[in-house]
Amino acid sequence: MAYALQQLINGLTLGAVYGLIAIGYTMVYGIIGMINFAHGDIFMVSAFIAVTAFTLLAAFDITSLPLAITAVLITAIFFTSAYGWAVERMAYRPLRGSTRLAPLISAIGMSIFLQNMVQLTQGARVKPIPPVLEGGIEIWQSGGFTVQISWTQIMIVLVTIVLMVAFTYLITQTAFGRQQRACEQDSTMTALLGINVDRTISATFMLGAALAAVAGVMVTVYYGVVDFFIGFVAGIKAFTAAVLGGIGSLPGAMLGGLIIGLIEAFWAAYLSPEYKDVATFAILILVLMFRPSGLLGRPEVEKV
Amino acid sequence: MSAVIIARHGRTPAERFKDAAWVAFVALLLGIPMVGLTTVDEGGALTVQTRFGMLGIFVGVSFAGRFVFRWIMDQVRGRRAAKPAVAKLDRTPLAIKTIGWAVLGASIALPIMFSENRYVIDTATTVLIYVMLGWGLNVVVGLAGLLDLGYVAFYAVGAYTYALLFSHFGWTFWEALPVAGAMAATFGILLGYPILRLRGDYLAIVTLGFGEIIRVILVNWTELSNGPNGIGSIPRPTLLGLPFERNPAEGTQSFASFFGLDFSGMHRIIFLYYLILVLALLTNVFVSRLRKLPVGRAWEALREDEIACKAMGMNVTNVKLSAFAIGAMLGGFAGVFFAARQGFISPESFTFTESATILAIVVLGGMGSQLGVVLAALVLVLLPELGRNFSEYRMLMFGTAMVLIMVWKPSGLLASREPTIRLNKALAMDNKAAGLGGQA
Repeated sequence: MAYALQQLINGLTLGAVYGLIAIGYTMVYGIIGMINFAHGDIFMVSAFIAVTAFTLLAAFDITSLPLAITAVLITAIFFTSAYGWAVERMAYRPLRGSTRLAPLISAIGMSIFLQNMVQLTQGARVKPIPPVLEGGIEIWQSGGFTVQISWTQIMIVLVTIVLMVAFTYLITQTAFGRQQRACEQDSTMTALLGINVDRTISATFMLGAALAAVAGVMVTVYYGVVDFFIGFVAGIKAFTAAVLGGIGSLPGAMLGGLIIGLIEAFWAAYLSPEYKDVATFAILILVLMFRPSGLLGRPEVEKV
Repeated sequence: MSAVIIARHGRTPAERFKDAAWVAFVALLLGIPMVGLTTVDEGGALTVQTRFGMLGIFVGVSFAGRFVFRWIMDQVRGRRAAKPAVAKLDRTPLAIKTIGWAVLGASIALPIMFSENRYVIDTATTVLIYVMLGWGLNVVVGLAGLLDLGYVAFYAVGAYTYALLFSHFGWTFWEALPVAGAMAATFGILLGYPILRLRGDYLAIVTLGFGEIIRVILVNWTELSNGPNGIGSIPRPTLLGLPFERNPAEGTQSFASFFGLDFSGMHRIIFLYYLILVLALLTNVFVSRLRKLPVGRAWEALREDEIACKAMGMNVTNVKLSAFAIGAMLGGFAGVFFAARQGFISPESFTFTESATILAIVVLGGMGSQLGVVLAALVLVLLPELGRNFSEYRMLMFGTAMVLIMVWKPSGLLASREPTIRLNKALAMDNKAAGLGGQA
């Protein structure tokens, strides 16, 4: 029981991270209807920025923890958004309005490019950073097993909740959110109404990248190691989460992320850690067999 | 998407400078965390290293590159505007046919011209494997319009089927080939069945997941697949029972001794080249024939409009499954060849990057175009090969090439989304004018 509780906590933390990345996928899909394959690698870039920033801070002897984490978050968000913007501008905008597969291929190309660029400039080795946030709360003890929530886990969940609330507010209540949703529904009409569609799409990419940046910093703090390949795995998982929840739906992305995180934690703990990816995809296929547009997705009504 | 037309005028030098300066600023932003700063491991702890010189070069190159690029683009545009009737490349079916035959002739002549150059023939063999895979995937993506991001799974099934049939039962290449094809086709149906209702990007993630499932199973089910260590010493194919060995087993003859030739390692290389050439050509003939059969027409109809297909009473299930099965079978054949050529296979060879490469070949070639696949395979295999001397940049160039080609030619090198058959040109035009031309 205690063990299960611990897995629940681990799964929720993991799920929160996946959810943050998945929102980036789902928003981009919603607005221009393409899979941004490079999104996972944007997340990876942010993790590397976080490593550099933490090391720099340590070199300048900035030890105040909240200050350090805030500084790293802001740096990572700033630079990663620049990456999100640049990727959209270079690889996707020229392909607006062409076939559906063209941006997909250039996205895969971009993903390969980013991975190798980071490998070349930052090195192929795993980068470890010293633990940033140590300790935690012991919440329950039974049969020699202690259930513990680490401070990092609490931080990840709290940050995710805050971001989700802020984000929902942004999308549903603000002028930008209205423009963004308008572009999703009909970009031509939106353009006719005097809204700069290109700018809205760019902003969407930057927002998605910013959330991925937060996820990148959190993962760096949580695991303490980073390498250039983490973007692929996390990207696929997050994309699976977005599809599972129903691509295009923000709560769906978060829900999908939590489900994927929980499945992974429990499968690895009780069945076999090797096959946790198989379990994830098998569940995805199963869900999609019965709900072809995901758990919370609107069924696509096709008109002739 | 809105078609906003912006009047283009020649840029003034000041505008060009401003534009390049903006690009340089973005390059600076992107460069600071990746180029300008890096962390190095020093005695167990990371320290930050600055590379501002490199960052400066990077920004400078971005600035100059953008400046020159814009200038050239403006020149080209100006010239085009001055001379509106630009001679267009002849893309008539006849021209394509001529190019096709020329490429075929060149590929037959290649081993004769380079009979001593192992590297050239090896590379050409690799290109042909990708051509065959591209033609196989073209059935699923180009003809039937079903996005498949896990095609490498069938390639893996083919390769492992041969490897396992050999290591457990001692089957030869030729015995295993049809079985592996059937096995891959079975997997194709297995994948196709649960995802019949899905479309577009849901299909993409499920096929991607399927590819990953196969790879993870191959890595972890060590009793079956020997895990990450892979399966080795897979025998090479023989020519009608004649092996390509220096010292054939007692009582048998090798290729060299049968024809009274001196033994040469090149014989096998050239044989493998011709073998994959024949396999690829058979694939091509097979697929082009299928396109003219009802099932091929059904695939193209499905690609254009699924609802219309259903309304016409087509059995969409069978059409989709047949596309998956046939595409998978062709991938399986290529897999058997791959296993036989390498002599060693491991899950390493069947990663998502492979799937992405094959899909890129199909899309870059122009969906549905057979010759386009050949061109794209040439570009995507040879381009990284050019950078072989600085191999760490290979994949970087590969990714860049994918983006640049796509941006340059969004519908592929040879776009041919035209249905193979038209009822009547005039009628089709009328339909288009009336807004009935089925555009997906």
